[in-house]
Amino acid sequence: MSAAAEILVPGKAAEGEALVLTAPISFWGGVDPKTGRIADVRHPQHGEVISGRVLFLPGTIGSSSASAVLMELVHNGRAPAALVLHEPDAILLLGLIVAREMGWETPMAIRLERGAFDAYRGAAVRVGADSAVTIAV
Amino acid sequence: MSLSLSQDEQAIAAKQDGAGMAMRIVAESARLLGAPRLIPIASTHIDGALYHGDSGTLFAEKLVQGGAKVAVRSTLNVGALDLMGCSRVRLEEPQRGMARRMMEAYRKLGCEQSWTCAPYQAGHRPALGSDVAWGESNAVVFCNSVLGARTNRYGDFLDIACAIVGRAPDYGLHRPENRRARLVFDVSGLSSSFLASEIAWPVLGSLYGREVGNAIGVVAGVTAHPGEDALKAFGAAAASSGAVGLFHIAGVTPEAPHVEAILAGPEPEAVIRVTPEMVAKARAGLSTAAATETIDAVAIGSPHLSNAEFDSLERLIAGRRLAVPIYACTGRHALAQLERDGRRKRLEASGVVIVADTCVVVTPIMPELGPELGNGVLMTNSGKFAHYAPGNTGYAVLYASLADCVESAVLGKPVFTDIAA
Repeated sequence: MSAAAEILVPGKAAEGEALVLTAPISFWGGVDPKTGRIADVRHPQHGEVISGRVLFLPGTIGSSSASAVLMELVHNGRAPAALVLHEPDAILLLGLIVAREMGWETPMAIRLERGAFDAYRGAAVRVGADSAVTIAV
Repeated sequence: MSLSLSQDEQAIAAKQDGAGMAMRIVAESARLLGAPRLIPIASTHIDGALYHGDSGTLFAEKLVQGGAKVAVRSTLNVGALDLMGCSRVRLEEPQRGMARRMMEAYRKLGCEQSWTCAPYQAGHRPALGSDVAWGESNAVVFCNSVLGARTNRYGDFLDIACAIVGRAPDYGLHRPENRRARLVFDVSGLSSSFLASEIAWPVLGSLYGREVGNAIGVVAGVTAHPGEDALKAFGAAAASSGAVGLFHIAGVTPEAPHVEAILAGPEPEAVIRVTPEMVAKARAGLSTAAATETIDAVAIGSPHLSNAEFDSLERLIAGRRLAVPIYACTGRHALAQLERDGRRKRLEASGVVIVADTCVVVTPIMPELGPELGNGVLMTNSGKFAHYAPGNTGYAVLYASLADCVESAVLGKPVFTDIAA
């Protein structure tokens, strides 16, 4: 399984276990910035940890502090290995843009149609610097 | 359409200083939003100085080290500390020190030390039709709707970056065609006595936000101007229950002299006819506490109390001693007036805890009550506090009018006056 996606925010190639969310998430209040744990008790993936995972986001609920939570995750070394978004979320991705300006190593964010997410569920996934998303073997 | 930057903008973005960093942040956001260009802005209101973690403090300090200064008038929203020393914030070190450093960095960047979520009542009122970059959901909705200035919801980092470069991405509510109403929210089925009551506007705002979400609507059927504090309460409640950034009220707000003038098309896409039953349900939905014999506290002032609201509070307390505290959140602008008249001392002697520069849902001020104490019950007249207090403070909420909040604080138990919709 391999798909080429559009790069939203460039970063370094990464590999990690896929975490495919089945519902949109609000990072502010929904993800613990210290641990990367999904804290929203109403979210279907409540309790999963996003750190080090290739995180597939079908949608985001836009709190204007989502960027602060994502940047705090980067600063605490608890960011996902890569973010795969169905559609760009400028507020969330601002967290990566600002973290990069701070000189911190940031994961890359790419855009991929959410219909393609299922093929990666549970797999070890590699996101290349060219944005190719492949299942690692 | 891809983003095109002017030569000046490109030159700033190529620099290694704070302004260069700010320009790159604004430009990258514009690119992600699909904005074709940046536009000049007249002012900003900055929500980014509230401490969420160390990275935000380090970001603001990096801008300071890079010599950045705001290019336009910039007021600050609440911080995590009460710098006026009216109330005690239970934030521990090292977070306390980092929160203070963050507030200090934003001051050094040239922001006004307003520390309020109601900057529009602290003398910051941009002109009708002007472009600005404001953060804080209630301030954004008031600025767009009541003042008729144009802003999107600017979040952490982008707000200060826009302030430094004096520009913002041209998209969303900056464009007149995106400010027109598609929905009508008709309140003509409600009694005029209800519409004139204080609880009408926060309750209607909460219902409005839930019904329209992030669409733009116009409220029809309002025959008398409800007053600025009512519009403030409506917008704050609507922005917390839905992603409302702009509303219109026909005959009241400046872009809607009448319904037809602001509709996007000849006919609205939908008309929501508000019934007394819908209002009763929305009102009940603002409370989360089960039937209770006692309350632990009252919190008011989200958005921050105006001087007129302090007048009402003082009149209702009428010199009586409160059995449970009323936390009254406000900004320095209103506090200055209270100090001048010696009213602050009188209110505090009654048992009012004045909270300045911050508020009880963004930083720990109210006592932490464990599960053995039932986690505490908070009464409020604010639709916004009703929305955020349970998640952010652990207190269950009872929603009531200001008069009922005061009577309940005097007695230490909930009192409700029936106000039929």
